[in-house]
Amino acid sequence: MQIDPKKCVACANCVPVCPMGAIAIDAATNRAVIGYDECVECGTCFRGMSQERLNPTAVRAVRWLARLFRFRFEPEPDVCPTAAFVMDDLPWPRIVRRVFSDPLVEHTTTGIHGRGTEEVKTNDVSDRVGIGEVGYVIEFGRPGVGVRFREIQGMTVALAAIGPTFEPKNPITHLMVDQAKGTLKEDLLDEKILSAIVEIKTAIEAVPEVLRTVSAVSRQIDTVVAVGVSTRCDENGNDDLLAPLLVSLDYEVARAKTNMGLGRITNLQPAGGTE
Amino acid sequence: MTNTLHRYGDAESFHDDYIIFAIACKGKNDEGAVDKLRIFLGICARYGPVNIGNSSLGSYRPAKELGPSVHWKREHVADHRAVIEGVHRAATAAAVFDSRDKAEACLRDLIEADLGLSVNVSTSVEGAIRVATDCGIKRHSVEYSLGFTDPHDHLPDRQVLELSTMCGHGMISANLAKKMIDMVREARRKPEEAAAILARFCPCGAYNPVRARRMLEQGVGKRP
Repeated sequence: MQIDPKKCVACANCVPVCPMGAIAIDAATNRAVIGYDECVECGTCFRGMSQERLNPTAVRAVRWLARLFRFRFEPEPDVCPTAAFVMDDLPWPRIVRRVFSDPLVEHTTTGIHGRGTEEVKTNDVSDRVGIGEVGYVIEFGRPGVGVRFREIQGMTVALAAIGPTFEPKNPITHLMVDQAKGTLKEDLLDEKILSAIVEIKTAIEAVPEVLRTVSAVSRQIDTVVAVGVSTRCDENGNDDLLAPLLVSLDYEVARAKTNMGLGRITNLQPAGGTE
Repeated sequence: MTNTLHRYGDAESFHDDYIIFAIACKGKNDEGAVDKLRIFLGICARYGPVNIGNSSLGSYRPAKELGPSVHWKREHVADHRAVIEGVHRAATAAAVFDSRDKAEACLRDLIEADLGLSVNVSTSVEGAIRVATDCGIKRHSVEYSLGFTDPHDHLPDRQVLELSTMCGHGMISANLAKKMIDMVREARRKPEEAAAILARFCPCGAYNPVRARRMLEQGVGKRP
């Protein structure tokens, strides 16, 4: 992402908009600048701000006059008055920042937008997580912290030692060079992204060990970690196994995504196996 | 995508936050899914959602050709029609409701429509159980949020988290949420205006501006 210095009027509206806090006003040049290494290419500034396309020279003149008299003009806080943001083409490996950080960019590995997969949202059709199994969605960097692949690797290596099944269509799994060891591609390790999700599956008996491992590694890596755990309900629509187990492990389960079981296979020639 | 799973708050705080979303499974029921997603959103729109989205576009969105008068007169209205017409791929479509009654009524209609897509409800665990029970269906699968682990104290305060985590893709920055809290406190923006500004940054339409407005109103005069 770039800010065109010919257009920027240093209004600073974009400064709080950046989820990574990577934008600041350079006092020397009186222009907004983006911290190249902190920017995760999420596109929030470019896409999320409304635009006016005003003449930059005229806006600077008005702002100079207002500042001279200590007037406070209070513009709409989500507007870039001169449409100064420019989304540029990114080389490898920086392109992975955009792929993992911009939800409107599709992962070629999953075919869906976002950082994970269909999880159990399509479990009524895919049967991805069966009875007695538990799916884990371990997310790094969100909200508002970001994460580098090296920190994610800290978790994948620790999880690989337990021996779970890494979800094959997950983007992070796709970036592994050795699933048995949980190692990721070396040239990506210093890249920063807004967030990423590691997805694994185990038998329900492994839940305490997996969550203990996630908790221990979370203390060692410099980011925030959010965990979701999923299971299939019984024939009566109840979950009498996982929820009580989580409570016994001192987790509070206030919120959930619930698959209501309305999906069915409708393609004339459905793909074989599970999703 | 865990776009709606990790919203910050306790179970009670989700009493006005029910998200119904539909998704096709690649290779299993994605043929004709674009039309079905449009039908899904059309059904949802009948029951008064506070926001809807098609994974690229929400009912609140930024404008790219504003005139200067926007700083004095700006409309903050949800535009559902463009979202429904804008479905062009078999992605996730979502509708956000501010009451269980609306969500239940919508789900009943979706059951009747029998689109064959997977339909999920994201809210409190108890809220989803009641919706399923009242609609006479059995839950198939459930994914629980275990919340955030933040041993290094990166995260901001509760009010900021409640507002910013309603965009699960992280497009609403903590600093912008804080700015909106401050602008409402200083009476520089009305809560509904601040909520709409935040909602525009969520491109998937999963943001709940009604819950945001309530939080902004409740936050006035309170310590974080």
